[in-house]
Amino acid sequence: MFANQVKSILVSSSSCLPSLWTVNRRGMATLKMISMRLKSVKNIQKITQSMKMVSAAKYTRAERELKLALAFGDGSQAFYEQAEVTPPENAKNELIIAISSDRGLCGAVHTSVGRLIRSKLQNKSDNVKVVCVGDKARALLQRLFGQNILYVAKEIGRSPPTFEDAARVATAISDSGFEYDSGTIVYNKFKSVVSYTTSQIPIYSVSSVNSAPKITLYDSVDPDVLQNYIEFSLASQLYYAMKENACSEQSSRMTAMDNASKNAAEMIEKLSLAFNRTRQAVITRELIEIISGASAL
Amino acid sequence: MFLSRVGVRSSLSGVIRRGYAAAAGGNEMAFTFAAPYQVYYNKANIKQVDVPSFSGAFGILPNHVPTLAVLKPGVLSVVEGDNSVKKFFVSSGSITVNDDSSVQILAEEAVPVELIDGSAAQQELSAAQQELSRASGDKEKAEAQIAVEVAEALVAASKL
Repeated sequence: MFANQVKSILVSSSSCLPSLWTVNRRGMATLKMISMRLKSVKNIQKITQSMKMVSAAKYTRAERELKLALAFGDGSQAFYEQAEVTPPENAKNELIIAISSDRGLCGAVHTSVGRLIRSKLQNKSDNVKVVCVGDKARALLQRLFGQNILYVAKEIGRSPPTFEDAARVATAISDSGFEYDSGTIVYNKFKSVVSYTTSQIPIYSVSSVNSAPKITLYDSVDPDVLQNYIEFSLASQLYYAMKENACSEQSSRMTAMDNASKNAAEMIEKLSLAFNRTRQAVITRELIEIISGASAL
Repeated sequence: MFLSRVGVRSSLSGVIRRGYAAAAGGNEMAFTFAAPYQVYYNKANIKQVDVPSFSGAFGILPNHVPTLAVLKPGVLSVVEGDNSVKKFFVSSGSITVNDDSSVQILAEEAVPVELIDGSAAQQELSAAQQELSRASGDKEKAEAQIAVEVAEALVAASKL
């Protein structure tokens, strides 16, 4: 028992010495070390399990709200499809809106949005501006394309997105003074609990709507009405995309946390096996020491 | 004798059904009316809808000429297939009438008129009017003006 303690003291005091460390690593880990690791893994499992519960509750709410927002989202895109609006051929200024949130630990939800935008920017980065909704998108794009970021909306993801949030983002875009010819909203479209697809919604400027082939069919479209209409439809499309993304994020966090809990359980099993084996070895060695000491007398 | 009568009746009902279907084909309207947190109609077939817009209130029947408009605070009434009328209060939003006779009305806020509390609406109106009298600066004034307009429409809707 004493020898065991000495060894652990040695390790902690001389951990800076690589040779001693490796000797210890090659031999059997000490009981103390294993029990410490076991405890920390158990704590991690508790955390991931409760995070899974929280995101499961948030997910059910997000899915319920998404169902109600679906008609709203479809309706906001119907006009552009019916009027066959297309982005202008020689679009100069482009706007990309990245939908993400401030919270991580949710699989590849944010990275897939970031990756799609990075590949777009690698093809063409002049006159392209990015609006980041959520801090994670900024973190992904800051290093390589920091000069392309127009602005960042923070505090996204704590509570479910509301129409006011979307309206505020849309107002900030129109107030920024950046005149875009074409644009896209990049977000994760929710498919089921276990899957989502990274999708894009095109957004259009007043001039591209005016040059659409079927716009002449529409009666009494005066510029003022069209301007208001496009501003409102940008806000509603943003709202829809934020809802879809929030739902994908929560479902993905749920899966990620479930996997983490499973992995922790696996680790706990292995560690407790190693713990018991080491404990048995220590007992056997002490017995041998006593017996051999007694027989030497 | 009896058999031949059955035959006549079934062929007659076939004719009627076809006639109805043909008429419906010309008069169908895919009507969508939604707010961010609520769906009232999703591609439903209705007879008529009257909307308040900034270019004037107008009624939409099936096969209306395609148009775009912006909703104004007021009451939107929907005439359903069985001629029953439903009224909703809307604050703002957009109206789209498309080529294929589909209509999308997206409102920022929409509530059935029955659910409006008249006295609360009145309080809202007086609060908005006070805000307007206090407001300084163009932007604040415009915002307060909009609040008053919405509250006025809300009070009017609660009295229906």
